[in-house]
Amino acid sequence: MDFLITLVNGLSLGGIYAMIALGYTMVYGIAKMLNFAHGDIIMVGGYTILLFIPVNPVLAIVAAIVFCVIVGITVEKFAYKPLRGASPLAVLITAIGVSTLLQSLAQVIFGSAPKIQQINLGALQLGELKIEISTIITLVCSVIVMLALHLFVKYTKVGRAMVAVSEDKGAAQLMGINVNFIIMITFAIGSALAAIAGLFYFLKVQTMTTTFGALPGIKAFTAAVIGGIGSIPGAMVGGLLLGVVESICLSIPAISAYTDAIEFSILIIILLVKPTGLLGKKRREKV
Amino acid sequence: MAKFIDSIKGFVKEKILQKAHVREKIESDYVLETRDLGITFGGLKAAQNVNIKIKKNQIYGLIGPNGAGKTTIFNLLTGVYKPTSGTFYLNGEELKGLSQEVINQKGIARTFQNIRLFNNMTVVRNVMVGLHNNPEFKCNELVSILRLPQHFKVEKTMRQRAKDLLKIFDLEDERNNLACNLPYGKQRKLEIARALATNPKLLLLDEPAAGMNPNETEDLVKTIKYIRDNFDMTILLIEHDMKFVSGLCDEITVLNFGTVLAEGDTKTALSDPEVIKAYIGG
Amino acid sequence: MSKFVNGLKKVKWKNYINYTAIAIVTIVFGALSLAGGLPSSTIYLLEKIAISIILAVSLSLVVGFLGELSLGHAGFMCVGAYLGGKVAAMLAKTALGGVGDGILVLIIALVVGGICAGACGFIVGLPALRLKGDYLAIVTLAFGEIVKVIFQNSSTESFGGPIGLTTPRFDKKYLFIIGFLMVLATLAVLQNFIKSKHGRAITAIRDNEIAARAMGINVTKYKLIGFIIAAIFAGFAGVIFSYSQSTISSATFDYNYSIEILVMVVLGGMGSINGSIISATLITFLNVQLQNVLKGDLAILKDLIYALILILIVIYNNAPKLKRFRDKYSIDNIIKMLSKRKHDPARTRDDAARWDVVPTKISMDEVLSTDIVVDDTGDNSADVGERGGSE
Repeated sequence: MDFLITLVNGLSLGGIYAMIALGYTMVYGIAKMLNFAHGDIIMVGGYTILLFIPVNPVLAIVAAIVFCVIVGITVEKFAYKPLRGASPLAVLITAIGVSTLLQSLAQVIFGSAPKIQQINLGALQLGELKIEISTIITLVCSVIVMLALHLFVKYTKVGRAMVAVSEDKGAAQLMGINVNFIIMITFAIGSALAAIAGLFYFLKVQTMTTTFGALPGIKAFTAAVIGGIGSIPGAMVGGLLLGVVESICLSIPAISAYTDAIEFSILIIILLVKPTGLLGKKRREKV
Repeated sequence: MAKFIDSIKGFVKEKILQKAHVREKIESDYVLETRDLGITFGGLKAAQNVNIKIKKNQIYGLIGPNGAGKTTIFNLLTGVYKPTSGTFYLNGEELKGLSQEVINQKGIARTFQNIRLFNNMTVVRNVMVGLHNNPEFKCNELVSILRLPQHFKVEKTMRQRAKDLLKIFDLEDERNNLACNLPYGKQRKLEIARALATNPKLLLLDEPAAGMNPNETEDLVKTIKYIRDNFDMTILLIEHDMKFVSGLCDEITVLNFGTVLAEGDTKTALSDPEVIKAYIGG
Repeated sequence: MSKFVNGLKKVKWKNYINYTAIAIVTIVFGALSLAGGLPSSTIYLLEKIAISIILAVSLSLVVGFLGELSLGHAGFMCVGAYLGGKVAAMLAKTALGGVGDGILVLIIALVVGGICAGACGFIVGLPALRLKGDYLAIVTLAFGEIVKVIFQNSSTESFGGPIGLTTPRFDKKYLFIIGFLMVLATLAVLQNFIKSKHGRAITAIRDNEIAARAMGINVTKYKLIGFIIAAIFAGFAGVIFSYSQSTISSATFDYNYSIEILVMVVLGGMGSINGSIISATLITFLNVQLQNVLKGDLAILKDLIYALILILIVIYNNAPKLKRFRDKYSIDNIIKMLSKRKHDPARTRDDAARWDVVPTKISMDEVLSTDIVVDDTGDNSADVGERGGSE
């Protein structure tokens, strides 16, 4: 029974990771860059929610999504777009700069003291099982979001254009796809997902700091790589897997302190066996 | 039980032999001999039953339409791909299954169809990388870090040797330019010079005349002949330019769909009706 | 004597300018420190600079010359700091601690820290043989985090656990001098290594791994050597760091620290050791000075300013449009425009009209990213259909 709870908790945490990982993986697939500032978009979402939740919870979610999308697009426009075509390392360093910038801006605005906001949605009693409602909401919402994203990519014009751009930017451009627009949309979707993930992560930890997004950010990045970075189903699988592993590790007292180390070891082992992640495309250089 | 131990012994022995690069030796009059060499990618037979025999000092051509498997053969011979069937011998030594590095050290050097130079390095350094494994220029890491006299001696002689090689290809004046700044024709030549620097027994040239104008091509014919005569070299080349092939190659093999269509003396093979059909269609 | 003078004349001083500069800095500040004329804040700054330079130069071997992105350099430093620091703290209580004011212990600590970090470098180098680009980057990052977690959860007696390790003491007056001597050693080893046939092999692997293999370069060996050497020096830096602090906690060595080192290397220019030295010095100086200048309420602005400067520099240096703009309006071009010389076709240099130049430059970018051409079936891919039609 305990194991079932652990599993549900893990899946719900995995849902959060998967949503963030989707942002990483989509941006990587389409703009070919590691967006290190993605974790800080979560933080932006978290603060927005904190700001608006006394007014109205629904308004808070909408505001967070809108604001995160605006921040994401702005960052893309001013920091990454000028560097399109430059070396990926330069973009990586800029992303790191943006990450620091967002964190310090938050510090200037909200101060460095952690903000705590208790949100208790109660728990559900199913026989012997007691599961937090927030956990269930997280799990359900993340599944819905992932399904929606999957349908969006598969069946809409923009979604298919995204796939085309990630396959071959040049060819997509020649086929009349506005690559800049697609990249912008990708950042917008990634940021919106980060905002939703920020909400659920906040429900989980209930404490807001300027480095709120760093830990889930790095975990989700790991998840994206485990699943094969650039692959959307890969990010989902990687996120859920990582969430469950984390939950199981935390439930065993003997190894709970080493949870992070275990997760990262799993990453290394998976990459050694499958160098492009679980669902990543095998790419080979033509000789 | 004894059988089991024997099989383990055999396995270990095989591994040790592999590690020491000791290979099966056969009596062979040929520099390169492939026996039923083949590879399949998934279901696609990219090359099968390819038997090529190259005598010493021959210039041997490998021709065929696009996608006939020519470069695949090169990749098999240099260890980029491992053959799924058959094997090949260099001077009677089996090289199947060795890594690219070791195959090069055993004596097969190549150039690439899509030029692969060390672009951010100067021309002379490109050639010096080719000289890296030459036993004359042995110098371990510690000697280099401590800057012992041997290091300076090796560097000096290496540079001189590289310059000598560049002279053959008229690249001496370009030696301090970055490789990526060379014009296309010179980049091709530099690739040959670099391959030659590894002191091979067999030189594989993948479309050496591609992208060259007629004058450069003519020049290249002379250079290749010069290399054959002065370096005691055996050369296997892929080329589309029929004039180039018929003017240069002693023998050829024509490939189509991964199989040998015709082989032998250049003139005879080229006039084979099957070959003409493959090229012109019909 | 004249032979010696001639020998001196033959030396290319240009190659030794970085040694000279650092030696002068060491001597000047060392003398000042021994005379007691240096405030502790300057000594702190100098220690930090020495550590940063060692880290940046060693990382530049991996990133700039070997062409592999490493985000775990602080992990190697962590290993060096903890193990070297622990050994020193243990030995300081024994008879060895008295020898030469503890200098012997310091040397032993350096050796131990270096060897342990080097061993870790070997372990991290192994995946580098199979992984490329971003995948390798995340593995190095994971390594750094694993090391951090392990030390964090160590028992109080062994490595201090969450409290941190109490580190050995050494006279502050001398420590930064030893730091700078280590900088010189780092430079000597790395520069000599890079400017040898082995360094050439490593650069060849960076430029084109497939061609390097085809030239018989033992890629496995050189990748491992690159990682090991870089790790050893990161370990040295860790030991010195360990000595410079009263306690060290593993939280210091997280991936943000690795990234800070990477920033130094990238801003200094990939594959330029002197660039790494300069940018390591400047960034460390900037960081420490901003901390000193912005006191009280303004302290939170430090990171903000740092981040803005970082973004602007990178965009200015790398944005393709800005590059073109700079090329177009460079001083040379402006002079040319002002002199209004008519374009004379007869005077155009040959290479200006090189019809045959095909862009084949496989730049650092391609080496560093996994974004390479998909190869389905060798060269026998889709040509079958094309052949079908007769011409």
